[in-house]
Amino acid sequence: MAGNAQQLRGNTRWVLSLNAVLVYVFFYAPIALLILYSFSDDQLVGRWGGFTLDWYRAFGQNDEVQNALSVSLRVALISTLLSVVLGTMAALSLERFRFRGNRIFDALLYLPVIIPDVTMAVMMLIFFTSLDDIIGLQVTKGFTTITLSHVAFSISFVSIVVRARLAGMSETLEEAAQDLYASRWQAFRFVTLPLILPGIVGGALLALTLSLDDVVITQFVAGPGSTTLPVYVFGLIRRGVSPLINAVSVVMLAASVLLVVLSLVAQRARGGSVT
Amino acid sequence: MTAAVEITGVTKRFDDVVAVDDIDLTIADGEFFAMLGPSGCGKTTTLRMIAGLEFPTEGSLQIFGEEVGTLPPNKRPVNTVFQNYALFPHMNLLENVGFGLKMKGVAKQEATQRALAAIELVQLGGMEKRRPNQLSGGQQQRVALARALVNEPKVLLLDEPLGALDLKLRQEMQGELKSLQRDLGVSFVFVTHDQEEALTMSDRIAVMDQGKLLQVGTPEEIYERPANRFVADFIGQTNLLEGTVADAMTVVLENGTRVAAASDHAAGTKVALSLRPERAKLAPRDIAPSDGAGIDGTVAGITYLGNALVYRVALDWMEVEVRDENRPNADRLTAGDAVRVTWEPGAVAVVAE
Repeated sequence: MAGNAQQLRGNTRWVLSLNAVLVYVFFYAPIALLILYSFSDDQLVGRWGGFTLDWYRAFGQNDEVQNALSVSLRVALISTLLSVVLGTMAALSLERFRFRGNRIFDALLYLPVIIPDVTMAVMMLIFFTSLDDIIGLQVTKGFTTITLSHVAFSISFVSIVVRARLAGMSETLEEAAQDLYASRWQAFRFVTLPLILPGIVGGALLALTLSLDDVVITQFVAGPGSTTLPVYVFGLIRRGVSPLINAVSVVMLAASVLLVVLSLVAQRARGGSVT
Repeated sequence: MTAAVEITGVTKRFDDVVAVDDIDLTIADGEFFAMLGPSGCGKTTTLRMIAGLEFPTEGSLQIFGEEVGTLPPNKRPVNTVFQNYALFPHMNLLENVGFGLKMKGVAKQEATQRALAAIELVQLGGMEKRRPNQLSGGQQQRVALARALVNEPKVLLLDEPLGALDLKLRQEMQGELKSLQRDLGVSFVFVTHDQEEALTMSDRIAVMDQGKLLQVGTPEEIYERPANRFVADFIGQTNLLEGTVADAMTVVLENGTRVAAASDHAAGTKVALSLRPERAKLAPRDIAPSDGAGIDGTVAGITYLGNALVYRVALDWMEVEVRDENRPNADRLTAGDAVRVTWEPGAVAVVAE
């Protein structure tokens, strides 16, 4: 009997291990292939023609790619900066002050997280068009509209992360600071801010990643001559695939992984109790 | 002499809840003053108003003669030891203690010296570099104390500072706090719901309930001459025997027994006699009481406390507790014994609602 049970457990373990392996293969095989073929010296994607760095060189020399990359980076930096400031302020006001309609604001703030990208994209497009119709403000589609749209969806993510941090921080700490002669600003500067900083940094890296990754919304609000890297890649595919895409994708992948790792490190730092 | 804290007609409302209801209170300079009451009685709100963390809805609040009604906390010459210490988790012990000095703009070198001295004062020397989460509860408590005292406040406010400590440590800290206060000569205003703590440590106690100030007095005054039923019941243990005032010297109990008890209530007033368990005595029924009163009853139960025995005595209409020292070789009563509950004149207090 005992032998049987052991046998059974052995089988179960074997099946589970196999399952784990399959899952990881399913996840990472495409990524491995992408990276592999980005070094392939062949015009066709998916055929190995020997090792080369040509595609990375092409990535460095292609003006359109370079332009898209620079737009992507500038949009990401500016939208992150704006959404971190606005998102942190939203989190502070919702968490620290009780005012009429508090809960409605609360719910509204989280809406962009669950709204489908396409809906959000159409909303932003209509919004920019009606700016012209209603108040006569002409907004050229391009860098500004992309940045504003990214701010619009990033705020929610930043404020969620910051609020989680704030919720774990006792309000008494701010009172203690004020009791020890700190003005409201000093209490924020020396007590609140350092304690929620990991949340703010985490939120910022999240916003940066989201901005760098976004295709759908950006595509709706981008104008001629100002397109971000993911949108450019998406366009490239339609014109016929070249291994250049692989190289671009690998670079983006590496950047994303780096950001996620940084974000985790930031949240782990001083991750101890804040109460 | 100017009072350390002078509270006149102060009321605090939160929306329609009255947390503190029209209280007048004077706390003298150099006094150890306790505010005592059950949770929700308004004692913490009163303390927070002195600290400036809440502003009174009505009334005047002065600290050393200066009106501070709506002055923010950072502009007041008081410091607080918070209930859960509220130490800054991202700063080490030295930075925590030095925070107030830094905010006040004290030069860095002097600030460090004073902070170190304060850390030494609370016997935590050598631990300056530790973070609060590396300290035990008792040590955190000392840091909170040092962090407040280093600023040389004119009044130190303490919000249930010993509540989170275990019994032994709490008793130790009670002694330390008391001697610290005596050495510094600064007023301590101490909020607690623990009546024993208040009795042991304070020069004077204010008893509060439901936002109202019920009585202010020395521990002895409060224990011996409670102002009303609530105070008698809340401070220590007592038996409340319901009755009616017959005249200035007599109270008639519910069963008709006439008891000698002086009071200044008008005849006909419903009152209760507060008879402390340790003031009551048990005597055999056949011995007439020398003076004072006696009520017949039967022993219903005995609780053994080690240093004392508590008898539950069933009277005709209620039960009372009588506490007796645990003397060797004394005849112990047993359940069912017929006894007479007696007390000396002056051992009871007459309290109205």
